[in-house]
Amino acid sequence: MRTSKVMSLEEAIRKSGLKDGMTISFHHHFRGGDKVVNLVVGKLAEMGFKNLHLAASSLSDVHAPLIDHIKNGVITKISTSGLRGELANEISHGLMAEPVVFRSHGGRGSAIASGELHIDVAFLGASSCDELGNASGCPRSENAKSICGSLGYALPDARYADHVVVITDDLVAYPNVPKSISACDVESVVVVDSVGDSSKISSGAIRDSKNPRDILLAQQAAKVIINSGYFKDGFSIQTGTGGASLAAVKFIRESMIEKGIKASFALGGITAHMVKLHEEGLIGRLIDVQSFDKVAAESIARDQMHQEVSSVEYASADHAGSAVHALDIVILSALEVDVNFNVNVLVGSDGIIRGAIGGHPDTAEDSALSIIVCPLLRGRIPCVVPKVTTLITPGKGVDVVVTEYGIAVNPARPEIAERLKEAGLKVVDIHDLAAKASSIIGTPDALPFGDKVVGIVMDRHGKVLDKIYNIVD
Amino acid sequence: MEMKNASAGTLESGDIMVQIAPREEAGLHIELTSSVAAQFGNQIKKVITETLEGLGIDKADVKAVDKGALDCTIRARVTAAAVRATGKDVWK
Amino acid sequence: MMFVPGNNPGMMADAHIYGPDSIMLDLEDSVTMAEKDAARLLVHNALKSIDYGDTEMVVRINPLNTPYGKKDVEAVVKAGVDVIRMPKTETADEVRELEAEIIKVEEELGCVGRTQIMAAIESALGVVNAYAIATASKRMMGIALGAEDYSANLKTQRTPEGSELLLARETIVVAARAAGICCFDTVYSNLDDMETFRKEVELIKTLGFDGKSIINPRQIEVVNSVFTPTQKAIDKALRIIAAIKEAQAKGSGVIAVNGKMVDRPVVIRAERTIQLAIASGILNKEDVL
Repeated sequence: MRTSKVMSLEEAIRKSGLKDGMTISFHHHFRGGDKVVNLVVGKLAEMGFKNLHLAASSLSDVHAPLIDHIKNGVITKISTSGLRGELANEISHGLMAEPVVFRSHGGRGSAIASGELHIDVAFLGASSCDELGNASGCPRSENAKSICGSLGYALPDARYADHVVVITDDLVAYPNVPKSISACDVESVVVVDSVGDSSKISSGAIRDSKNPRDILLAQQAAKVIINSGYFKDGFSIQTGTGGASLAAVKFIRESMIEKGIKASFALGGITAHMVKLHEEGLIGRLIDVQSFDKVAAESIARDQMHQEVSSVEYASADHAGSAVHALDIVILSALEVDVNFNVNVLVGSDGIIRGAIGGHPDTAEDSALSIIVCPLLRGRIPCVVPKVTTLITPGKGVDVVVTEYGIAVNPARPEIAERLKEAGLKVVDIHDLAAKASSIIGTPDALPFGDKVVGIVMDRHGKVLDKIYNIVD
Repeated sequence: MEMKNASAGTLESGDIMVQIAPREEAGLHIELTSSVAAQFGNQIKKVITETLEGLGIDKADVKAVDKGALDCTIRARVTAAAVRATGKDVWK
Repeated sequence: MMFVPGNNPGMMADAHIYGPDSIMLDLEDSVTMAEKDAARLLVHNALKSIDYGDTEMVVRINPLNTPYGKKDVEAVVKAGVDVIRMPKTETADEVRELEAEIIKVEEELGCVGRTQIMAAIESALGVVNAYAIATASKRMMGIALGAEDYSANLKTQRTPEGSELLLARETIVVAARAAGICCFDTVYSNLDDMETFRKEVELIKTLGFDGKSIINPRQIEVVNSVFTPTQKAIDKALRIIAAIKEAQAKGSGVIAVNGKMVDRPVVIRAERTIQLAIASGILNKEDVL
């Protein structure tokens, strides 16, 4: 017998059996436009819940209302990949009694799959869903309004949580296939006016950076890839969404065409640039954990060769089948890199949390060639430093650092340094880059950290990697 | 030294806006707003003080809004504001 | 030669990372009258403090007949600038007047002869006097065309083909060659039309210019790709240079490559190809010499 699972949010919460002290989870596919976290936590507060553990795949500026829920004791623990904006600022100043637990995307997937991170109730936003709970990030009707494409970060939650509530703003007729989340994993479906602000979920068309520094960094990164020894037919690649990373794809494309080289797959967050190369026949498959823009979201909806993967399938260290194990080349960004090639992508050089771990350590460690692209200086902020403020990606997984003042190669990879030198690239010692930065800007004063731990960084294998202390004004 | 209110610099990234005003009491009073205050606040104030003292100004209210300027830029902007405030140029 | 506004510290701080051969910090047209004093201080302090590496540093000063020009000279010579670019140069006397100002400051510093001069020719009179300007001082290192003012002065406007500039360009190249100094072409300001820009760079290279003025780092690659000699040309030039060395070693005045006599102009062209290849980073100086 077919019974509709559609009900109000309050009913769904009651039905879930949620109790004080339990763990609730969310995904961040609606990015800066997300309305689900604030809506659900607002309702939980109204219903009198306390002492909840919020385990999101990531949190951003839009989640500042959580500050009040933390002050009121509704949320007392957070696990996430990242924090930004006012929430991050308050937490950095010691808002929470318990430290925030930070995991990479692969690390979170593994922790959920192993039960280390147990989710009692998952509240998962979806762009479309039928009355039984078959849910997707793709549009399935004229009414679709909050489209995000892949739901990769929500899939471990859907599979392993004790109870799953799908929240959608487009209830469509059964069967909503192809589905991302299966009705078999879903207990309730809640229909709301809007799960996200579409203008902030994803941008429209390709916008190429005109920032000359980004272009310079991108050219250098592309030259590193082309001369690295890994640029050959059938290679695989992942890039970020920063201006330099996107511009690098453009230069790599030119070289692929010129040399007749094709990639087997592109991995991770998929952008319009990657879709373009795929449609031109330069990249065989797109393996998509997160569709970064509208073009990518539209592509995954119609193209069989553009496949959604869960964060476990994407980047788990513990699953032999995860895609990062087969990744050749990754281009990554950084807030800071130190002379031991350790990278920080989470905590700003002012000691305040302002980023997300994302798949950084997962892809850096498992790829054959990881390239960090970052300017030596952002204003008066140095990006190559003697020691990172917070350790996120250990240097043993980082092979090359590209800056506008030269390219540093990890001494553990002398063969890459040789190839780049032969190609006429400016290969420098990373200590010289750090020295160059301090010769330009001077030596910064030590940050005013307190002695309260506000964040714990877990490595992707489930061990504590570093601690973040509160910052004192 | 005789002086009037004056300013120099912009709020663009990599620049610093410096305002100088006459002050009754002795000493330099510096009010600094900076995106890199935690790491470079002391250094910025030191450069402002040294530059003004080098120009023979030991009494002034200084307001500076810094957008990550390098020391050479801070020196240039403070000098420009001081020259405008005192009417005494550094060139012949 | 990349133009950088003299009142923009953000751009001045890292202009050299893009690898231009020279950077021209501008105190003239890109700086408003109200900011002349501040820009002068900014340029002075930047030249003194920022490590621009091997990049040749040029400052475009205001004309000497304005209230700013002489102070500009004092500020940039004291900061150790490589080259002063004089705008709107029309006569040799103007160059000599600038030289006298430079000498005054250099004498005070005890470094007479350090500062070179580049003259920008931006009017019909300047073009007519190009050779006199180019030879007005031992410090003259180059002359450059400023096309905006020049075409206004001609009572015409700029076109994508640049036919209005042809005589001026050729005159400047000829004057520079006759004087034994460098010559640089004007800027191209539409950053979104790289194709026309490339054609213009190809044209001025054919006319004989040593370089192009640019307003954005994005233009550098085009200029370099046009001016960088092909590998074939470099190989040929290297063979000629090797033949010269061989001839010198033998004490022979006759230079031959592949059994053919090499004329003097061919040798000069080969040397120039090698210089360009070194400047473009394709050849190492040590490998050739």
